[in-house]
Formats: sequence, C-alpha cells, structure tokens
Amino acid sequence: MSVAETLRLRLEAAFEPQALAILDESERHRGHAGHRPGGETHFRIRIVSSAFAGLSRLARQRRVHEVLAAEIAGGIHALSLELRTPEEAASA
Amino acid sequence: MADIQDRIRNDIAAHDVVLYMKGTPVFPQCGFSATVVQILSHLGVPFKGHNVLEDDTLRQGIKEFSNWPTIPQLYVKGEFVGGCDIVREMFEEGELRDFLKEKGVTLAETA
Repeated sequence: MSVAETLRLRLEAAFEPQALAILDESERHRGHAGHRPGGETHFRIRIVSSAFAGLSRLARQRRVHEVLAAEIAGGIHALSLELRTPEEAASA
Repeated sequence: MADIQDRIRNDIAAHDVVLYMKGTPVFPQCGFSATVVQILSHLGVPFKGHNVLEDDTLRQGIKEFSNWPTIPQLYVKGEFVGGCDIVREMFEEGELRDFLKEKGVTLAETA
C-alpha cells in the first residue's frame, strides 16, 4: 500500500471527513532535503470534518499528528495541513 | 552542557518572538521556514531565529519540547504558536497582528 493510501485510511477512520484531499507534492521538492525518488515525502492534506469543531488550530493539527504518528516518524519529510469544519469550509 | 530542554526554555524566555527554523532569517533553507520569515518581516516583527540545521540536538530537542513533529516552530512570549500552516492561516485571517499586539510584542510600523 502506498503511503498516500495509508494516510487516507487512517484519516477516514479517525475523522469521518466530509471532504479529504491528499496531495503528494514531493516532486515540487525534487533536489531539496528529504526528497526521495518515488515521492511520498511531501504531502499537503485538506480535511473537512466536524471533529474539528471547538478545537484551536494547534489542537486540530495535534489530532492529525497523533493519527499519523507512525507515518510522520517513518519518513514523511513535510506535512502541510488545512483543517476545517464543514461550517468553515462552507463560508471559505 | 545545559540540558537542551533547559536551553530552549531560556531561549524562548530571552526574546519576545523566537523562530526555530531551517536556515537563517537571511538565508532560509526550507520553503516553510521562508514563509514564516516573510510574514514576520512583513508585519515588522523583530524575532530571534535559531537554525536547527546547525544543531541536531536542537533539531530533535525542539520537537520534543513542543510535542510537535515539524519545523519551523514559532514562539511568542514563551508560548508555542504553531508552524507554517498556523502562522500563515493567522496572517491570512488578519489575526496575527492582533495576537502579537495582545501579547505585547512591539511591531515596527510598516507601510
């Protein structure tokens, strides 16, 4: 299973997202630190989930870090997160 | 040598705004660090940069200090604010300037 597929399974199970986008941006970092052939080192993840309601920006990101702890420890070099509630996504 | 956690506590107490980053404020070596430097500079925020690429003990130590797996990390008045995503969101929502003022950080007046 690819890293992106693993991320998707973990995030879907943890947050039951209304919307989930996982973008592998590794190619944009070719030649930079952390890049590996084959990609899957630099991810941008957008999640819309009611699980984020009432949580600060820090708390939201910490929830995602906890869910993806194994993958972060295992070689993801960069993770960019956009975490919104359905209400915030609707007004954005 | 002082314990790295003590050193970090001293560093973030010594300056109002402290950024742990890859590279230096003049020569950031990572796009995420560069973004935070640009935002702070745009707001006229004086800050102290610490280059984790020069110090592997610091690079690991700061992640443990904040229980946060990535760099850059911004601290204001000794408090962890967040990384690039959070700083950028606060800036784009117009919250960052107010947050810094509430914390008593003096901003240079910029155009």
